[in-house]
Amino acid sequence: MKSQVTGLQEFLEGIEENKGDAVIALAGNPNTGKSTVFNSLTGLNQHTGNWPGKTVVFAKGTYRYKKKNITLVDLPGTYSLLANSTDEQVARDFICFGKPDATVVVVDATCLERNLNLALQVMEITPQTILCVNLIDEAKRKKMTIDFSKLADLLGVPVIPTVARDKVGLQDLKESIHRVVFEKKPLQPRRIVYNKVIESAIEKIQKEVEALLQGSLNSRWVALRLLDGDPTIIREIFNYLQRMDQGVRPSKTRALKVVEDYG
Amino acid sequence: MDSLEVGFSQILSKVQKVRGQVGPVREEIVKSIFEQAQEITGRVVTADEAKEDLDRRIDNIVTSKILGYPLMIALLSLVFWLTISGANLPSQILADLLFGFQSRLTTFFRWINAPEWLHGVLVLGLYRCLAWVVSVMLPPMAIFFPLFTFLEDLGYLPRVAFNLDKLFKRAGAHGKQILTMCMGFGCNAAGVIACRIIESPRERLIAILTNNFVPCNGRFPTLIAMTSVFLGILVGKESNLLASALVAGVVVFGIFITLLVSWTLSKTVLKGVPSTFTLELPPYRWPKVGTLLIRSVLDRTLFVLVRAVVVAAPAGVVIWLLANIEVANLSIIGHLAGWLQGFGRLLGLDGYIILAFILGLPANELVIPILLMSYLSQGTMLELESIEALRQLLAANGWTWLTALNMILFSLLHFPCATTLLTVRKETQSMRWTWLAALIPTTVAVMVCFLLAQTARILGLI
Repeated sequence: MKSQVTGLQEFLEGIEENKGDAVIALAGNPNTGKSTVFNSLTGLNQHTGNWPGKTVVFAKGTYRYKKKNITLVDLPGTYSLLANSTDEQVARDFICFGKPDATVVVVDATCLERNLNLALQVMEITPQTILCVNLIDEAKRKKMTIDFSKLADLLGVPVIPTVARDKVGLQDLKESIHRVVFEKKPLQPRRIVYNKVIESAIEKIQKEVEALLQGSLNSRWVALRLLDGDPTIIREIFNYLQRMDQGVRPSKTRALKVVEDYG
Repeated sequence: MDSLEVGFSQILSKVQKVRGQVGPVREEIVKSIFEQAQEITGRVVTADEAKEDLDRRIDNIVTSKILGYPLMIALLSLVFWLTISGANLPSQILADLLFGFQSRLTTFFRWINAPEWLHGVLVLGLYRCLAWVVSVMLPPMAIFFPLFTFLEDLGYLPRVAFNLDKLFKRAGAHGKQILTMCMGFGCNAAGVIACRIIESPRERLIAILTNNFVPCNGRFPTLIAMTSVFLGILVGKESNLLASALVAGVVVFGIFITLLVSWTLSKTVLKGVPSTFTLELPPYRWPKVGTLLIRSVLDRTLFVLVRAVVVAAPAGVVIWLLANIEVANLSIIGHLAGWLQGFGRLLGLDGYIILAFILGLPANELVIPILLMSYLSQGTMLELESIEALRQLLAANGWTWLTALNMILFSLLHFPCATTLLTVRKETQSMRWTWLAALIPTTVAVMVCFLLAQTARILGLI
């Protein structure tokens, strides 16, 4: 069986080959109309494939906006990124190690609370996040009103209301993606604050983590994962760093052994 | 040793120390994220509390203890009734068209003086097999899939899972298994892949091993045709209402077997307690008819049809050859069927039927065409444009109501097609489970048919 790392690498290389001007990840809970957003944006320019070495299906598509070719990767629908299942692990690995130029989180306007869980977790990994609040027509029918500008202020990322199946708001979404990716306006997303115990634990290790990562990954997020002790992510982080370090050939080294004992 | 490894090990040992001080943090992390999502939502969303949620009211009926099950069975029967009564006419028209074209082809082959064997292989083998698969499979699929996609898009399927959750839990299986079974209606290979939604490996295996007890679309036309044959022999007239009730009954029986086998597995080789999960009941949504049609026709109907055609064409050639190459005055199919005859009789079937199921391993769609071709190469040629002609042909080959019924049951319960088995192999990464995925259903099918046949004979019903 293929190891997960080579799988991810192969997949990324496949995207790298003809990625166009930017790669955008599409995340979201199941049943939010994420696929509708994907289909409406990419039309027929898409194909589905398998995540190499993993049994997860993904779709990849392209569209053109303002003279830029954008590659869109439709991640598996998940409720969180805490790697409870293969789907969640794949979504997390892509957002974290695939380094998309931006990640669009599609959320269901009628159950914002549950959906924001995922959005907050994505924002923890990458600031380049856009919130697409879909199905606002249904929210309206249910007599719900959502203050989108306040939501954008609270989250610190762009918020785009849409009705994807009627193609409402998709132009705004494309424009927002364009701005986030090409106008390089740094976003400052809201940070999840944990209790004192966790925060002080993060503080204890974050500096060393930062020194090791040298800005290649978000040090606060990596510190949190290390504290959480999820062996899959720790292995992935090590492998990622090893790939960054061109001179090192991936092999079962001592440090990896440490990682395995760790779980 | 390079610096990266050193740095990494150092950090890990430090983290280990800190972790020793603070203990597990996962729960607190999840809680913090959840609370902040709640807080943000509270600040930006205002909901109209006065309006009683229509969804909840519908759910109270659809998932109620008293009405839940009857409603499910009624809906299932309705879908089958629409499929069966809607498919009759287009099936007839397609068959007329395609078999009409066959005689044109024959005329053409005569005109160019083609050798008899070439005409046999291409027209009587390849073309006839294709024509049968298209005319019998396409109409029911073109009706069933949109209907099913409609229920799916409407949001009804999670309610079905909710209703059946208790039963599956009692069988030691996962409640989401019913969703993977719903996928199995389309294609068991797709159903097996859908088992990925079940996180626990034990329950996932149970779902994979039992997915086959849901009739996929390859077996669906067989079930529908055999139901008509069965009712024709037993009652003497066709009734769409009765036929759809019977098909629904067959599906329910399949679910019953699924539960039984799941229970057995979870008490023996796959011991364990079912894990808990939260099932989301998404809001009901009125599907967009256009998208629904395009999706169900393109993604499902055509996909399945193309696959069936790709398999049916070469299979048609092979089977025609087997049915027409004679060794010692009997076709190869005749020899093979002869060997299987005794076993077939024990199960209330015959050698040809067993052989058709074995040769149909590449795709279940082929079972009926194979069977017909082997019957036909024995007797006179028949134009099979209607169920009535089919019934006459089968009766001429000694079929009784028991043969038809056991054919239905064997088709429902027997080993999955090769594609599904390959998928099981891929998903489980194990030959052992793949073998079990073939052996368990086959054993069940043989046992059920054997018991039924022997009981009927002892009671003198046949």
